[in-house]
Amino acid sequence: MTGKNRENYNANYIAYVNSFDPPTHHLKNCLRAFLVGGFVCTIGQFLRYILEAAGLYGDELAGTVSVILIFLGCLLTGLGVYDRIGRNAGAGSIVPITGFANSVCSPAMEFKTEGLVYGMAAKMFIVAGPIIVYGVLAGTIVGIIYLFL
Amino acid sequence: MFSQYWDILFTFAKAFAVGGLICMIAQIVINFTDLTSGKILVIFMLAGVVLQGLGLYQYLVDFAGAGATVPISGFGYLLANGAIRGAQKGLFGAFTGALSAASAGVSAAVIFSFIMAMIFKAKSKKN
Repeated sequence: MTGKNRENYNANYIAYVNSFDPPTHHLKNCLRAFLVGGFVCTIGQFLRYILEAAGLYGDELAGTVSVILIFLGCLLTGLGVYDRIGRNAGAGSIVPITGFANSVCSPAMEFKTEGLVYGMAAKMFIVAGPIIVYGVLAGTIVGIIYLFL
Repeated sequence: MFSQYWDILFTFAKAFAVGGLICMIAQIVINFTDLTSGKILVIFMLAGVVLQGLGLYQYLVDFAGAGATVPISGFGYLLANGAIRGAQKGLFGAFTGALSAASAGVSAAVIFSFIMAMIFKAKSKKN
C-alpha cells in the first residue's frame, strides 16, 4: 500500500492490505516484453528486406519501414487490437515505434468527441508531444555541439 | 547458396534479440519504478540521442538493423544523426537537421492517426 498517510496506519493493517495486492510477475512481464518487442523488430527487419529488394536504400529505406510500422500501429489502434496486446505485452508494445503511433492515434480517437480542433488535433500530441519537444531540443544541442567540434 | 539463408536468419535473430532486449530493459524500469509510458518513451528517446551523440548507437544499428531502429531509441538516433549530418553543412543545417530526419515518422503518425480517428470510434477502455 502506498499513500501520503501511510505512517498513520498500523503496520499489521498495511501488511493485511498489501496481501490483497496482485503480485507483480517480474519474470513473466519481462519475458512477454522481450517476445513482443522482438517480434515487432523482426517485422521491421522483414520489411527492410522486402523494400531493399524493391530498390530502396539509405534514408528512404529506413523512413519507409518506419512509415509502414506506424501505419500498422495506427490501424491496430483503430481496430481496438493494440490496447488488447498492450495489456499483456507491457513495454513490448510501448517502446517500439508502433507504440509511438498508438500514443498519437489513441487520444486522437478518444477526444474526437470534443471537437476537431481543441479535441482531436490538440490532444493528439498529449503523449507524443513531449517526445518531439525533448527530441528536437536534445537533437539540436547535439547538432550545435558537433558544429563547434 | 545455403549460407546465404543462414545469414538472413541470423540477421532476423539479431533484430529479435536486440529489439526484445531494449523492450525488456524498459519493462524492468517500469516494474521497479512508477514511471508512466510517456516518461519511459521520453527517457528511451533521449538515451538514443545521447548514445548517438557519443557515436555509440551507430554500432548497435550496424549490428542489429531494425532491432535498434524500431524501438523509440532509434527515433532519438535518427534525430541526433540528422543534426550531426546537418551540422556538417553549417548552422542552419544543425538547426533543421534533427526534425528533418524525423519528419517521415511525425508526418506518418499525424496523417494515419487523423484518418483512423475519422474512420473508427474509440472503444471503451473497460473490456
